[in-house]
Amino acid sequence: MTPVIEFASVTITYPGAERPALANVDLAISEGELVLVVGQTGSGKTTLLRAINGLVPHFTGGTLAGSVRIAGRHTSTHHPRDLADVVGIVPQDPLLSFVTDTVEEELAYGMECLGVPASTMRRRVEETLDLLGLADVRDRPLLSLSGGQRQRVAIGAVLTAHPRVLVLDEPTSALDPGAAEEVLAVLQRLVHDLGITVVLAEHRLERVLEYADRVIYVPGDAQPLVVGTPAEVMQASPVAPPVVRLGRLAEWTPLPLSVRDARRQARDLRERLLHRPARPRRTLMADPVVTVEHTRASYGPVPALRGVTLDIAKGEIVALMGRNGAGKSTLLSTLVGLRRPDAGTVRIDGVDPATLTGPRLIGRIGLVPQDSTDLLQRDSVAAECADADRDAGVEPGSTAALLARIAPEIPGDAHPRDLSEGQRLVLALAVVLVATPAVLLLDEPTRGLDYPTKERLSDLLRHLAASGHAIVVATHDVELAAETATRVVVLAEGEVVADGPTAEVVVGSPLFAPQVAKVLVGPDGGDVPLTVTEVREALAVSG
Amino acid sequence: MARLQTSERPPQHPGGIDASFFGRNVPPSDTFRPKKQRRATRLPRLLHPGAWWLWAAGLAVAASRMTNPLLLLLIVAVAGYVVAARRSPSPWARSFSVFLKLGLIVIAIRVVFQAIVAAPIGTTVIFTLPALTLPEIMAGVRLGGPVTLESMVAALYDGMRLATILICVGAANSLASPARLLKAVPAALYEFGLSVVVAVTFAPQLVADLDRVRTSRRLRGRAVGGVRGTAAVALPVLEGALERSVTLAAAMDSRGYGRQAARTPLARHATAAALLSALVFVVIGAYALLDASAPAVLGLPMLALGFALGIAGFALAGRRSVRTRYRPDPWSWPEWGVALCGMATGATLIAMSIAGVPGLIAPVDPLAWPAVPPLAVAGILMSVLPAVIAPPAPGLRVRAEVAA
Repeated sequence: MTPVIEFASVTITYPGAERPALANVDLAISEGELVLVVGQTGSGKTTLLRAINGLVPHFTGGTLAGSVRIAGRHTSTHHPRDLADVVGIVPQDPLLSFVTDTVEEELAYGMECLGVPASTMRRRVEETLDLLGLADVRDRPLLSLSGGQRQRVAIGAVLTAHPRVLVLDEPTSALDPGAAEEVLAVLQRLVHDLGITVVLAEHRLERVLEYADRVIYVPGDAQPLVVGTPAEVMQASPVAPPVVRLGRLAEWTPLPLSVRDARRQARDLRERLLHRPARPRRTLMADPVVTVEHTRASYGPVPALRGVTLDIAKGEIVALMGRNGAGKSTLLSTLVGLRRPDAGTVRIDGVDPATLTGPRLIGRIGLVPQDSTDLLQRDSVAAECADADRDAGVEPGSTAALLARIAPEIPGDAHPRDLSEGQRLVLALAVVLVATPAVLLLDEPTRGLDYPTKERLSDLLRHLAASGHAIVVATHDVELAAETATRVVVLAEGEVVADGPTAEVVVGSPLFAPQVAKVLVGPDGGDVPLTVTEVREALAVSG
Repeated sequence: MARLQTSERPPQHPGGIDASFFGRNVPPSDTFRPKKQRRATRLPRLLHPGAWWLWAAGLAVAASRMTNPLLLLLIVAVAGYVVAARRSPSPWARSFSVFLKLGLIVIAIRVVFQAIVAAPIGTTVIFTLPALTLPEIMAGVRLGGPVTLESMVAALYDGMRLATILICVGAANSLASPARLLKAVPAALYEFGLSVVVAVTFAPQLVADLDRVRTSRRLRGRAVGGVRGTAAVALPVLEGALERSVTLAAAMDSRGYGRQAARTPLARHATAAALLSALVFVVIGAYALLDASAPAVLGLPMLALGFALGIAGFALAGRRSVRTRYRPDPWSWPEWGVALCGMATGATLIAMSIAGVPGLIAPVDPLAWPAVPPLAVAGILMSVLPAVIAPPAPGLRVRAEVAA
């Protein structure tokens, strides 16, 4: 079969860059493949994806040596718009790519540009609405859709042009586990039923690895790509989901890629782990530092919190979970006093946060918002640190010193927007932490973070908790929750539906259980390790 | 043209008009239904935006011809009633109340200015402001001084006229968003239309950005209000907007925006020639119309020729684009009805004001209760008919969800 995507010794250099972003890439992807692109943040995954339809270099600038051919068309002679009928590209944040304002019009937009006849458009829109399960929301404004629906609309919007290749950049990173599964199910259907070639980049490998036919590992620094079957590439890849790391630890062959594969090989390991010492019961410092009582909040007529009651003590790391729109972000902004609850009380250290401003606020509670760039407004890291010192009323240089301790590699003269996602998060954390808030809130911190960065974040959070901070993390990332949280609170429809120690809450849940727990849970449930680290420690103890 | 568009569409098309609306060709099963239910088979759909804007323009023209507060209030009531009955489910539809408030602000500004700046009418002094006569260099304008009841009432009437015109625009805006109107523009103007649509969809996102930046200032323990707080917010918001436009441009490019059909050099030249000569003819025509000494043949005929060539040029230019249109809004009977109602209102009031029918201008000096000419009332009430003529808007259930 002739390949539909062909890269021949492609080297891409951005203007002003010392090294090429990608060097000497040779790649052939054939019809109907699902190819997963993995790598650390900033390694060039997005560059590779955008080179497929010519956005690199037509749109971004820079030079491309070698040739990229899509369905026989060279990107050197064809602009992205001339490839729109063969390549559909779905960018990271679908909301930013929407041109129109309702679902149906968005689905039709691409076809209108291509000049598809009206009757064909009509038929394809109906087909796509059904294929992606969007018929119920066909005339809804795009802004009113949930994250998973938006992502499916973005996929549908490029699909109506009947492309042969679909390119997706982190399609599930902003989604809760349920919505992510919806999107992945759609992708699989496209590959299996329609023979569309799908190329997708993703950090959350635990969600997508099992569906991939081939994996491309982009090592970064213009190193050659590693291309192969998922099992081959995962054997050595530094970015690997927990199930693969568990497989490597237990030296299983073939390397398991999915929970199902792993469970078949896990019987021995399960037995060895039966006799491990019980998990130490954490004793908490008694006094709650956060008290939330019967708190209600709403957006207009729509209730967001319906009577939430919650106490959080020092040294706890609470993972706040639940689907998009369950009230997680509302709870966080209520905690930090950005919105006054309609009813009930919120107390941080015994004080109503809505009455606090300035240093008195940030000395008690700090929030790192979902997009950490929001918090950063200056044009260099050093200026940002100086600002933070002033805001918190601490000795000049404190923030810079703190930052140097947790992330020494961040240069002071860099622009915050030029930092990688993980570095920016750490900078925002430093800015918040310098005021030594008793309570630290993080909203979806792992979006766009690769595994090594996530591990560093986990370490940092555990360290902070040990030194007496109370931490609340709103997240969809079950692995992060398993790694760090001492307690999990699940919200649904603005109510607390589960609240307890991490292991008790997540193990039984099909959506919230981490991969390791899914692999190792026995028929009778019980005490199961949640992370690869726990398994490693248990094995070290039992020999 | 309008009929052509509708006849191309599949017969069962939910957005279109089907025969049952006219009571013809109703399937047999329907004839057994009680009459009330059968009327409900008139399919909900959105009216062509052009019809709503023509209707509103008619009302606005009518309002511009009068200062009679009772008639102006009647126009506002008519517009409000139609909006309540037939507004679309989009978030835009809620903008009517914003325009009502804007109208009140306009009236307030007009009255305050009258009190401070303008020379008073009449003799009934309510109170006297401290007066200040500006020096001769600034034309000796007098500020302040006695404020009379007559001039206040005159300002109120005038403000009401402006506010009513504004509210008519607001009504059109909530019945058919400008974005939908722009979608109906000819292909040659498409680029312009699209940039406006994009700008319009950016506005709510800018507000969201502003919110986020203000939030983050609070999170860092800084002042949110005040001049410094506001200035510090502007830069990050603009940065965000720029980034977003770049992302959007990339997305549009990769979805085929800006593809062009191959054209012969002849077609290219013909387009350029038509547009250029249209411009020349329009300029000559306009000049001749304004300059009384120019020969009459240069006036209207030249202008007409210019416009005709212009339309031809746009049509030719439109062929360059390969775009097709998804579910274009049909123009059929309800559209004609709605547009004609508005235009009838406008025409009635223009005719009345040209004929000098008394009652359109409310008496100010001396003050008197305004009369209500029945013909004007009838003319204005014509415009309430669209509340019945226009088909109901679809998907009203959406509105509650939008609020989320």
